[in-house]
Amino acid sequence: MAGITSYGAYIPWYRMKRSIIFEQLGWFNPGNAAVARGEKAVANHDEDSVTMAVAAALDCLGNAPRERIDGVYLASTSFPFAQRQNAVIVSQGLDLPRGVRTADFGGSTKAGTSALIAALDGAGDRRLMVCAGENRLAKPGSSQEHTYGDGAAAFLTGDENVIAEFKGSYSVSADFIDFRRSQEEQFSHGWEERWIRDEGYARIIPQAVTGLLDRCSLKISDFAKVVLACPAAGAMKGLMRAIGAAPEQVQDTMMDTIGDTGAALPLMMLAAALEEAGAGDRILVVGYGSGSDALWFEVTPAIEGFRTGGRKGIAGHLARRNNLSVYGKYLVFRNLIPLEVGIRGEEITPTAMSSLWRDGNAISALVGSRCRVCGTPQFPKERICVNPDCGAADDMEEYRFSDKRGTLASYTGDNLAFSWDPPQIYGLVDFEEGGRILLDLTDCSLDAVRVKMPVIMSFRRKYADPRRGYYGYFWKAVPAL
Amino acid sequence: MAQGIKNEVAIIGMGCTTFGELWDKSASDLMVDAFQEAIEDAGIEKKDIDAAWFGTCFDEVNVGKSALSLTKTLKLPFIPATRVENFCASGTESFRGACYAVASGACDIALALGVEKLKDTGYGGLPDFGNLLGSQNRAIFANLTAPGGFAMMATAYFDKYGLSPEEGKRALAHISSKSHHNGTLSPKAHLRNEVSIEKIMNAPIIAWPLGLFDCCGVSDGAACAIVCRANRATEFRKDPIYVKGLQIAVTSGEEMAHQKWDGTHVIPTYRAGCAAFKEAGITNPREEISMMEVHDCFSITELSTYEDLQISPRGKAVDDIEAGFFDLDGTIPCQTDGGLKCFGHPIGASGIRMIYEEYKQLQGKAGERQVENPRIGLTHNLGGFPCMSVVSVALFGNTL
Repeated sequence: MAGITSYGAYIPWYRMKRSIIFEQLGWFNPGNAAVARGEKAVANHDEDSVTMAVAAALDCLGNAPRERIDGVYLASTSFPFAQRQNAVIVSQGLDLPRGVRTADFGGSTKAGTSALIAALDGAGDRRLMVCAGENRLAKPGSSQEHTYGDGAAAFLTGDENVIAEFKGSYSVSADFIDFRRSQEEQFSHGWEERWIRDEGYARIIPQAVTGLLDRCSLKISDFAKVVLACPAAGAMKGLMRAIGAAPEQVQDTMMDTIGDTGAALPLMMLAAALEEAGAGDRILVVGYGSGSDALWFEVTPAIEGFRTGGRKGIAGHLARRNNLSVYGKYLVFRNLIPLEVGIRGEEITPTAMSSLWRDGNAISALVGSRCRVCGTPQFPKERICVNPDCGAADDMEEYRFSDKRGTLASYTGDNLAFSWDPPQIYGLVDFEEGGRILLDLTDCSLDAVRVKMPVIMSFRRKYADPRRGYYGYFWKAVPAL
Repeated sequence: MAQGIKNEVAIIGMGCTTFGELWDKSASDLMVDAFQEAIEDAGIEKKDIDAAWFGTCFDEVNVGKSALSLTKTLKLPFIPATRVENFCASGTESFRGACYAVASGACDIALALGVEKLKDTGYGGLPDFGNLLGSQNRAIFANLTAPGGFAMMATAYFDKYGLSPEEGKRALAHISSKSHHNGTLSPKAHLRNEVSIEKIMNAPIIAWPLGLFDCCGVSDGAACAIVCRANRATEFRKDPIYVKGLQIAVTSGEEMAHQKWDGTHVIPTYRAGCAAFKEAGITNPREEISMMEVHDCFSITELSTYEDLQISPRGKAVDDIEAGFFDLDGTIPCQTDGGLKCFGHPIGASGIRMIYEEYKQLQGKAGERQVENPRIGLTHNLGGFPCMSVVSVALFGNTL
């Protein structure tokens, strides 16, 4: 039977103590003292829900054969593009074949669980990559500015080597307007938090849970873990009481370490639950927003061998971190204040969509070529071999660099180049199987960079052209940990 | 087998404007100033010029495309004129066009003029490289600037030869300090002040490990040369200067995409140097070169050029630098007019400005900075970045 065959996660490098926000704007809204605890994960300036989904999907993918994946479902309420499918950016970033099914799931924070149900319900032998990434904007001074966090999770579904078997689901749909945002707007509008707590979390989620338990003839005590994507700490107690869950059953929402990752929250919590699950464990997963989805899994013995796969997952990504201690930097990263970027920063050459399409997977998946005569990998794709001792013409095969490791041959930190986080660090990356690319570095500080430092590739926003409604994605090097 | 153009071409007149942040001068003003000096120096008339080559790099911010701006500004009378662009080697590239035209016998007298008006961008440094590599630039090329591209060479050099940042920066500071001294003796130079090694080492970082004084001036300026066939040169003046070698080498792309190159030097500089020395019949550059104007866009470029031109052994340039080998009173004075560092670097003009300095030195007309009894002068331009470059090396002498 179908189920989850792999999982992965991504948490951005930057973490910000919520007290830093409160120190800046607590004077305006003292009530935020209640949510000014712990820290939240903050996407870097070159990340969004799509790039984080790619990172989680790569973590999930490991060495699995990409040509055997049938599609990508992507869930978010913070898609970078309103028109241009976001899931297909992920699919091409993963260098999946063209003949795949791709779909965006959005509009509600239950989009993550809805995508998972869509992939698993009646799945047959279909193998899908289900991702959720979230990078939501909140107004400065709002409660959500404190609670929202950024991150992503990904699951591979299929019917071979299943680690968590999909057993069933139940969904409730309700036009309960706790938060809303029109197509034209940057920020959401919310209703009173006490109403959301009492009428939303505490009443709608139990309807989905009860519906599932009744449909499957189960009791809440049958579950080893209950994943309740309820980011409001104040609502959790009443919710647990309403569904009869004991504290030890309830999966940590990670609100103190990551924050409310919206559509990605139930999926990130499920990934964390799987990291600690044992064979035979039953896991209940509940997503919330415009209703509620409940679905359940039974962990199989395959989970034991799976854990040796070298994934970072939630635990690994939590350990990879850097403090973001300057509130102004957070505002700049989220483009929440006008910044004097200078004339150099204002210059953005238009992107030619025809050229982008022609370059195809060179840009989306860092695919170059490898010479069939001398074996040298090279980027960008070449027709004449760059190896000075070879020079063979038109004897190349495609070669993907995005999943290869490299080391830095040289680097600099450039204060003249325009960057949202100067200095702009870049360097020559020598790949372990050959080939060299001059690449920007990200998620690192200049002090920590060294010649010969090992790096891996990360899919990022390379530039933004807001006037023409475009984000250019490419690959950057990040330190391999 | 090709023989090259050694002793086939003579320079009979040159001109060079003052370089600097010339807010009150347009590119046309600069072109006229350089041209008037050159034509008076050559003692010819405009109608004697058979063809012209025009070097300029950033057409976006100064003169526009084609050779139109040259011919319209100078009112050249319907002669063949060509604009060339080859990054920072654009000036020398225009000079090469003029030299090849007279060497081939196609022309009697040819003009080369280089100009750049950089200070109309509104910001420091070179104009943004938005279209450096065409449409793929933003999509795949690292977000680099000129200082960053060259700083990577310093990082690699320090690492390969085991120099601490302090040791490496001290040697680089000697290079810049020397050029600042020479600039004080150079009336047309952009920057004319002494700067101490300590001040250079402690300056703000532009691109690690390069600081402010490791970077050359960004300037406006123009320079001009008039050449004729060598066997006619003394009809025009008693002290013509002869072209001994003139070579350009352009990367094959291997530095950027293949791991063979170690990033500590510039392959096209080595290759262009070898070719120019061969053309000129020079077998031991360290013994035979009297003085040099090399492309010190950044201090590290000058250091690596010493080695690529086979003046200093690989990895040993620091020893020569610290021994004063390249100082004005050293064995091979380098950047006698202040170099790009202090004379300034209007891209399209720089190559011809370097030739102007060698021309004046070889004629014994370099004033306070005159090198004693020079025989062979060398100029070197490096366009692009160490990982992707266009390099010219030219050699000049005062006897046939």
